Amino acid sequence: MLQWLPEDVSTFGQGVDNLFHAIYWLTLIVFVLVIGTLIVFLIKYRHQEGKRATYIEGSTRLEIVWTAATTVIVFVLAMFSYPQWNNIKSPTQFPENPDVVVQVSGKQFNWDMTYPGPDNEFGTDDDLVLENELHVPVNAIVHIRLTSVDVIHSFFVPQLRLKQDALPNRFINVWFEATKAGRYEIPCAELCGFGHSGMLGYLNVHAQADYDAWVQERWPQ
Amino acid sequence: MHDNEHTEHHHEESFIRKYVFSLDHKTIGKQFLIYGLIMFFVGGGLALLFRWQLAYPDRPLPIIGASQQYIDEGEVVTGADRMWERIYESDKEEWLEVSMPSGVITPEFYNMLFTMHATIMVFFVVVPILVGAFGNFLIPLMIGTRDMAFPILNMLSFWLAVLAAIVMVMGFFVPGGHASAGWTGYAPLSSDPQWTGVEWGLNLWAISLLLQGFSSLVGSINYITTIINMRAPGMTFFRMPLVIWSLFIVAILLLLAFPVLSSALALLIFDRLAGTTFFSATAEGGGDPLLWQHLFWFFGHPEVYILILPGMGIASELVAVFSRKPIFGYRSMVYAMIAIAFLGWIVWGHHMFQSGMRPGLGSIFMTTTMLIAVPSAIKTFNWLGTMFRGSIRFTTPMLHGIAFVSMFVIGGLSGIYMANTPVDIFIHDTYYIVAHIHYVVFGGSLFAIFGGIIFWFPKMYGRYMNDVLSKIHFWLTFIAFNCTFFPMHILGVGGHMRRISNPQQYEFLQGFEGMNIFITMSAFTLGFAQLILVFNFFWSIYKGKVAEQNPWQVNTLEWEAPTPVPHGNFGQIPTVYRGPYEYSVPGEESDWIPQAQPEHAPATSGD
Repeated sequence: MLQWLPEDVSTFGQGVDNLFHAIYWLTLIVFVLVIGTLIVFLIKYRHQEGKRATYIEGSTRLEIVWTAATTVIVFVLAMFSYPQWNNIKSPTQFPENPDVVVQVSGKQFNWDMTYPGPDNEFGTDDDLVLENELHVPVNAIVHIRLTSVDVIHSFFVPQLRLKQDALPNRFINVWFEATKAGRYEIPCAELCGFGHSGMLGYLNVHAQADYDAWVQERWPQ
Repeated sequence: MHDNEHTEHHHEESFIRKYVFSLDHKTIGKQFLIYGLIMFFVGGGLALLFRWQLAYPDRPLPIIGASQQYIDEGEVVTGADRMWERIYESDKEEWLEVSMPSGVITPEFYNMLFTMHATIMVFFVVVPILVGAFGNFLIPLMIGTRDMAFPILNMLSFWLAVLAAIVMVMGFFVPGGHASAGWTGYAPLSSDPQWTGVEWGLNLWAISLLLQGFSSLVGSINYITTIINMRAPGMTFFRMPLVIWSLFIVAILLLLAFPVLSSALALLIFDRLAGTTFFSATAEGGGDPLLWQHLFWFFGHPEVYILILPGMGIASELVAVFSRKPIFGYRSMVYAMIAIAFLGWIVWGHHMFQSGMRPGLGSIFMTTTMLIAVPSAIKTFNWLGTMFRGSIRFTTPMLHGIAFVSMFVIGGLSGIYMANTPVDIFIHDTYYIVAHIHYVVFGGSLFAIFGGIIFWFPKMYGRYMNDVLSKIHFWLTFIAFNCTFFPMHILGVGGHMRRISNPQQYEFLQGFEGMNIFITMSAFTLGFAQLILVFNFFWSIYKGKVAEQNPWQVNTLEWEAPTPVPHGNFGQIPTVYRGPYEYSVPGEESDWIPQAQPEHAPATSGD
């Protein structure tokens, strides 16, 4: 089933995919064991003439075993998940000194990308606003100030394993580092109105030289 | 309106009192059941409409859609074309013209369809059937009393639900159309009409849910009071059947959870009609869209367990009765349900991992959520333990019970992916969650409902449902259900977002067209199969084989009452001598001992 996952092109994507695989195998094994046992029981203990069921009220020992076993599995899984989650979402753990900072703003039904320009400050004359086109260099740390001007949208880049809701009047920081040049879709993943389906932006990941050329073209010096 | 009807037909009071404004818990239970089945068809029909759009985006619907020649060249070819010709020629803005011109579903109407599908299935089908129908019918009979504690409140609960359903369905026909902000109604999409263009539709949605909330509240007070105060002599709490335990726990959840939704809905209505800004963060007002999500899910997650716990209770009855064995670990089953109900209050944040809620909270909610795996595992293993060394009868109710257990396993396991915060980043708001909810609520609750209907039908109507039709319905449903919803896991892994009306707009979803068509065809089969159930249900009320008093040889008290059950249920209130699951007791001749049978008396056929 996991071959259906889109290609992973972010530095933290592998961590997400590893957990995905781990849970996949864990749940598959549990599923096969439980359903296998169920089928065996259904065949073996089907009603047969002259054979009665055995009166069993339960087993405290078994109850303790499967309660404890499930609890242990749950906590082990949680332990492996905390660091991945914090790495992707906790602003205090973001890589510092980003190479690019962009403000992405959802608006029925587009993504507005605002670049601060050479002065690195938003709200100045050299800001550049692009509709639905986000340009970043490959292998560079990108910080996004995510917001919305109307309703809740959700910034989703499947290949980056990244999704974050965009809220009106709130700036949420998001980071990623793309590892492969290319053009990737940015659908909106939260219902935002009649144009929700088809609200689509593009993430253009350029080789460093191409990106520099793009910057040069936009802000000639 | 109903009061007028009442006085007008005063001479027919007996009929009205018996079948319409009945105070008898059994009639009210049956009313809720038929109400739920009718709404089941409304909700299911909506789903088939949007499934068509997902498989064949922007193509006209079959039968009522116009032909391609008509759409391209205006040439009338089919009967449907003539209908559309008439609609377009009339000066009035017809409803069909606005929602699906030429039979092509508009994006606005698509959003209404899935919003109302979920709203109706959750609030008007599963809860009314599980809690309203089974709760009303079973509680007094199974604890051994003559009726509910408050029969008039009970009647009020049903007719409030009817009023709520009327208001909800009316919403489709007001200008601007019905609510289209999803059944979760996230603000500010829901709180400000300018974002959706929906005016009264969403107001009616909120008002209808407020009414339904009162109905549930009244019902839950009744259940709790009845179970605490009116149990038959000898019916201690730990001699109650598990389905009664589940309904008791659910009544407490309803009592505590629904007022939270009601207050959120009230604030939403203020935002929409009175200009307040509880849920919008604008320069003029200091509200917060996340407040709605917290309130909604603080209600919403207990609501999820309201949908599944009675299913677990019914499945426990079916598995024990048809394995002819005591429930394995009866007390741990009760404690597991209490644990699920308790944990249900501290997991709501797992719906909000990607919402912008503080990430540290995500880790806490992940831990509490994954802990639900523990009581769920206890229940699953105990069902397996109940079948272990049993003597399993493959009756149709038992098939549904087995389907419940196996589908619940899939639904439970798929929940672990979403509880896991890093994995949830990817699958949040994709078809993975759609698959998960349907494995729990359709694979779980609905199979329990079907099994319960067939199992208790002889006590409700004194007749059996036709077994051949029931078996055909079961197998068609089981296969079509899995063909419909299992592939949705794969869509989710591919990143296919939910609530989009046209997946073909996205390059990364191009590969899923065939799968979407397959799902739609399976969904139509699934819908068709339900017609068999409803035909069988109504046909069997009048023509089914007459059933004896206790056809499945069950221990619990409802089978002590004569069939059909008279007003007041029992001639003499039974006394309870033992637990509900004394099957295959060693040294006993019969493999079952009714709860009401005195000690050391020879086993009889149960009367």
